[in-house]
Amino acid sequence: MNITQILFWLLTVMAIGSALMVIVSKNPVYSVLFLIATFFAISGHYILLNAQFLAIVNLIVYAGAIMVLFLFVIMLMNLNTETEPQKNKWLKFAGTIAGGCLLLVLVAALRDADTRTSTALVKEGDIGLIQNLGKTLFNEYVIPFEISSVLFLSAMVGAVVLGKKE
Amino acid sequence: MFDLAFIIEKAVLIGGIITVSLLIAMYSTWAERKVAGFMQDRLGPNRAGWGGLLQPLADGLKLFMKEEIIPNASNKTLFILGPALAMLTAMMTSAVIPWGGKIEVFGRTVDLQIADINIGILYIFGVVSMGVYGIMIGGWASNNKFSLLAALRGASQMISYELAMGLAIIALLMITGSLSLKTIVEQQSTGWWNFFLQPVGFLIFMVCAFAECNRTPFDLPEAENELNFGYHQEYSSMKLGFYLFAEYINMFISSALMATLYFGGYDIPFVNDANLGANIGINALAAIQGITLFLKVAFFIFFFMWVRWTIPRFRYDQLMNLGWKVLIPLALLNMLVTGAVILWLGH
Repeated sequence: MNITQILFWLLTVMAIGSALMVIVSKNPVYSVLFLIATFFAISGHYILLNAQFLAIVNLIVYAGAIMVLFLFVIMLMNLNTETEPQKNKWLKFAGTIAGGCLLLVLVAALRDADTRTSTALVKEGDIGLIQNLGKTLFNEYVIPFEISSVLFLSAMVGAVVLGKKE
Repeated sequence: MFDLAFIIEKAVLIGGIITVSLLIAMYSTWAERKVAGFMQDRLGPNRAGWGGLLQPLADGLKLFMKEEIIPNASNKTLFILGPALAMLTAMMTSAVIPWGGKIEVFGRTVDLQIADINIGILYIFGVVSMGVYGIMIGGWASNNKFSLLAALRGASQMISYELAMGLAIIALLMITGSLSLKTIVEQQSTGWWNFFLQPVGFLIFMVCAFAECNRTPFDLPEAENELNFGYHQEYSSMKLGFYLFAEYINMFISSALMATLYFGGYDIPFVNDANLGANIGINALAAIQGITLFLKVAFFIFFFMWVRWTIPRFRYDQLMNLGWKVLIPLALLNMLVTGAVILWLGH
C-alpha cells in the first residue's frame, strides 16, 4: 500500500465511522460535532482527488458556517437525553424498514451505473484546482452559475423579510 | 515510500514555528502589560527578572500549579475539548505563512514555509472559521448561562466579521491573481506593497482581524461588566491558560497575516532582496528577511495593544451595525472600485 491508499482507508473509516456516530449518538450536540468530523474526512477525500478548492470550500461553507448555525440552534434548544421524548417502538421499526428500502433502491439503481466502472483520478485530475474550476464555471456554465447566485440573493432577501416581521 | 529527509525537514520547521509562536505569544502577555503600564502612567510588571522579563514564566508556572476544577454539571469531554480546539486552530494558521526566503542546510534548499499550497488564503479562512468551535464548545459545555451567552456572542461576531474580511480579501485577490501567500509576497517584493493599492481593503481587514481575535474594542464575548468573564468563566488552571494563550497566538498570526498580505511579508523595504542575496549569501538574506517580517509583526502586535488600551468596548448592537451596515457595504464598494480600475487599466 502506498501513502495515498493508507490515507484513503483512514479517511474512509473516519468518514463512515463518524457518519454512523451522527445517527447513533443520543446527544444532539455530539451528532453535530461528528457531522463536522465527517465533513473533514470528505474534504480529505477531495484533497486526495487533487480538488483542493472543493476541499477547503466544503470546510468553510459546511463545517465553518452551516454547522455553526446548527450548533447555535441545538445549544439554545437545550436538548438533553432526559427531556428528549421517547419515540414509539413501532415508529422506530417503521423507520428502520423505510431506511432499509431506500438503501435497497439505491444499491439496485447504482449497481449498473457507469460510476462503478470508471475509476477516480487520484492525484491526476486537475479540474478541482481553483484556476481550472473558475475557468470552467465562468466559460461553460456561466448562465447556471449566475442564475444560482440570483437564487441565493432571493433567499437572502426572503430571510431578511421574514426576520423583519413582527 | 517515504522521503525521510523531507519529513525531517518539515518536522523541524513545524517544531520551530510552533516554538517561535509560543514564545512570541508568551512575551506578548508581558508586552501587553508593559504597554498598558506605559499608557496608564504605571510601571507594569517589574519584579520577576530584569524589567519583569521572567513574568510570563512565573505566570505560566502559576497557571500550571493552580487547582484544576471541572464543574460537576458540565459535559466533561467537551469541556476539555474546548480549549484544546481553541489552541489547535490558533496554531494551524501558521502553516501557510512564508517566514522568509530560502535557506541552504546540508546541501538542501529549504523554504521557510511549512506548506506552499495554491489555496493559501482560503486555507486560512477555513481555519479561522473553525476557530468558532473552541469558543462555542467551551461555552456550552460549561453549563453556565453566562458562558453560553458569551459563546453565542463570540460565534455570531466571528461569523459576521468573516464576511467583511472575505470581501476585503477578494479585492486583494483581484490585484494579485493568486491565492498562494508565497506568490503574493514575491509580487510585493518586486512591485508596490499591497497596502498602497488596497488601503481601504487593509482597513477593513484590520478591523475584522480585531474582531476575529476577540480583542478590544470587540471583546464582547468576555465583557466582564455584563458576562462576568465570558465563555471561559468556569475554566481554571492551564485550561484557562490555553484560552488566554490562544488569543495571543491569534494576535501574532493575524499580525503576520497583515504584514504578509498588505506590507510585503518578509520583503526588506527599499532594498532589492535578490541583489542583496547575491552579495551576502542566501542564508544571511533569509535571516534578515525573517527579522524584517518579525519587526513588522511586532509593530502590528503593538498596534493591537495600543488600540486595546485606548478605545473602550463597543455595545453589541454597535458591533453588529458596524459589521453589517458599514464594513460589508464598504468592502463591496471597494471590490467594485478595484474591479473597475483593473478593467480600466486593461490588465
